[in-house]
Amino acid sequence: MSKKYRKIHDHWYDGIKEALMMYIPGNKVFGTMAARRARIGTLFILPFIIGFIFFMVRPLIFSLQMSLNEVTLKAGGGFEMAWNKFNNYHYAMATDPNFNQYLVTEIGRMGINVIATLIMSFVIAVILNQKFKGRIFCRIIFFLPVILSSGVLPGIESSNEFYNMMSDISNSVQNSSGINISATLENLLSVSGVASQVFDVIFQMIDAIYDIVMASGIQIIVFLSGLQSISPSLYEAADVEGCSGWESFWKITFPMVSPLLLVNCIYTIIDFFMKNDNRVIELINNTMYGVKLNFGVASAMSWIYFGVALAFIGVGTFIITRAVKSYE
Amino acid sequence: MSKKNASVNSSSDFWERNRRSEGYLLRRRIKSACISIARALLMFGLCFMIIQPMITRFSMSLMTERDLYDSTIVLLPRHVTLENYKIVADLTDFPRSMLNTLWISIVISACQVVAATLVAYGFARFEFPLKKFWFACVVLIIIIPPQTIQTALYITFANFDIMGIFKLTTGKALNLRSSLVPYVLMSLTCMGLKNGLFIYMLRQYFKSVPESLEEAAYVDGCSTLHTFFKIMLPDAAPTIASCFLFSFVWQWTDLFYSRNFLTGYKTYAVQMSTMASRMGRYFSKDANQSIVVPNGRSLQLISIAVLICCVPLIILYCFTQRTFVESLTMTGSKE
Repeated sequence: MSKKYRKIHDHWYDGIKEALMMYIPGNKVFGTMAARRARIGTLFILPFIIGFIFFMVRPLIFSLQMSLNEVTLKAGGGFEMAWNKFNNYHYAMATDPNFNQYLVTEIGRMGINVIATLIMSFVIAVILNQKFKGRIFCRIIFFLPVILSSGVLPGIESSNEFYNMMSDISNSVQNSSGINISATLENLLSVSGVASQVFDVIFQMIDAIYDIVMASGIQIIVFLSGLQSISPSLYEAADVEGCSGWESFWKITFPMVSPLLLVNCIYTIIDFFMKNDNRVIELINNTMYGVKLNFGVASAMSWIYFGVALAFIGVGTFIITRAVKSYE
Repeated sequence: MSKKNASVNSSSDFWERNRRSEGYLLRRRIKSACISIARALLMFGLCFMIIQPMITRFSMSLMTERDLYDSTIVLLPRHVTLENYKIVADLTDFPRSMLNTLWISIVISACQVVAATLVAYGFARFEFPLKKFWFACVVLIIIIPPQTIQTALYITFANFDIMGIFKLTTGKALNLRSSLVPYVLMSLTCMGLKNGLFIYMLRQYFKSVPESLEEAAYVDGCSTLHTFFKIMLPDAAPTIASCFLFSFVWQWTDLFYSRNFLTGYKTYAVQMSTMASRMGRYFSKDANQSIVVPNGRSLQLISIAVLICCVPLIILYCFTQRTFVESLTMTGSKE
């Protein structure tokens, strides 16, 4: 517990020697209070350590192994592996007709969705934090997406092929009859010659607003909790000094909440990568349990996918930590 | 009389004050009114958007097949029927699968929350070697998509063995695939559905409790375990409850883990996702043949199943939303 002890552990890898001294009796560190506390603490997190080694590291290694091997099912129910260099990765990236394409489209969708979700959830959280009639009712409804967008629920109706067909038809009907407001607006604006690509993205967001609201349940809660932790006296002081609401939003609200942007950004990326209606995940599942039972390629695909996800989280973290620092 | 007087007074007072502030007061009133109207419109729109699919599902669930294809009917069915519910209940094996889901969800979330609470307390209050490394591992399990390791886990549990013990005693490894054991084991060791997130949330909470509370207990001669159970746990109840609720809800609708580990139990989510494939057989008169079910009809039945799946959760949520929100207010704020 002492400060001296804490100082030693500035890096995770510094702890190995101390670990040995603290856990193995027969030296003078072992009997100290710090060592006793350390042992108790380790006992507390022991379930996690066991689980991590047996149900995470071992399967991960196994899956990595599979992704580097040609895996064939034996008749008795076992596996046979034959080293085939990086053929599985090569197959996934270069030969498989869909994987590349799905990966790119999903990443594109993710980029837009993450930004839109962050903005949307922030705006909604700011509004829900204000005082108005029916606020509690609104809160109840806005957290419903936490329930309604979990697990099977979002994918189940769209995974029905017939449904897709039907919605395509109804879309085309709407387009031809001109009921679709956003499409009409888009036509108008694109005629007037404003940068059309930007508008494409914006209209995509507007059309997907239902998905975005459904995906931002947790994010709204996180932002709201951040907003509620800002002390009201800050706003009072700003008001007394003649700050307008707009100014105090940018000078108080935004900097105070911006650390939560990182949490939300990471959460949104992960959430998006693991969603049931994600086509890459569908493809991986099909390759694994479909007709071919191609475990090697499926593992390679999921490793590529995991790598991409990790890269995106890294990039997101980098950008946001930079952006947030500039506000301080 | 006095009330009327007061209102007259206040209105004349308002104009008087407005005159004195050179129209500033009026402008401000109008501005705030405009803002609140805009806000009300936005909120109404968004709330409506969230609720609307549920309303549509409900009204659709009461329609007969004829009403479904009638383009003049939008929300109110002409021929109200409850037969659809019976069909869906048959298709999803309703009361049984729901009860299965209920007790499995309770067991699993209890395991998850117990394990996560212990681990979170360990992370929040103790200094031990490699702490940063292990916490990085917690973040890692949040990030790793479970799909990456699903096959490997499947194989691990198909021939389950703890360091060759079972092989020595019984001659072959255990097959745990269709039992609840693997999943309970995973939940107890924090590797279940979104378990890393619960550790993170609870750790954040435990860190926010002042250390002096525990120190006082230690000074009075309380043991570590005693302090944990008598002092930390009672205060943490709301946060733990909200973790339990999250876990429960996610488990209720989970497809991934149920499909991989709980093949022996018919859970509602799995029944729901495979419902479409059973429709053809159900609607044909002959048990050995299947017919093609019209698109709209199958969609209608699926959305009824979704509705049935959501209703218990929504009811649960309405009663517990205070716990959901307030405890998150406490955990999320500290970075």
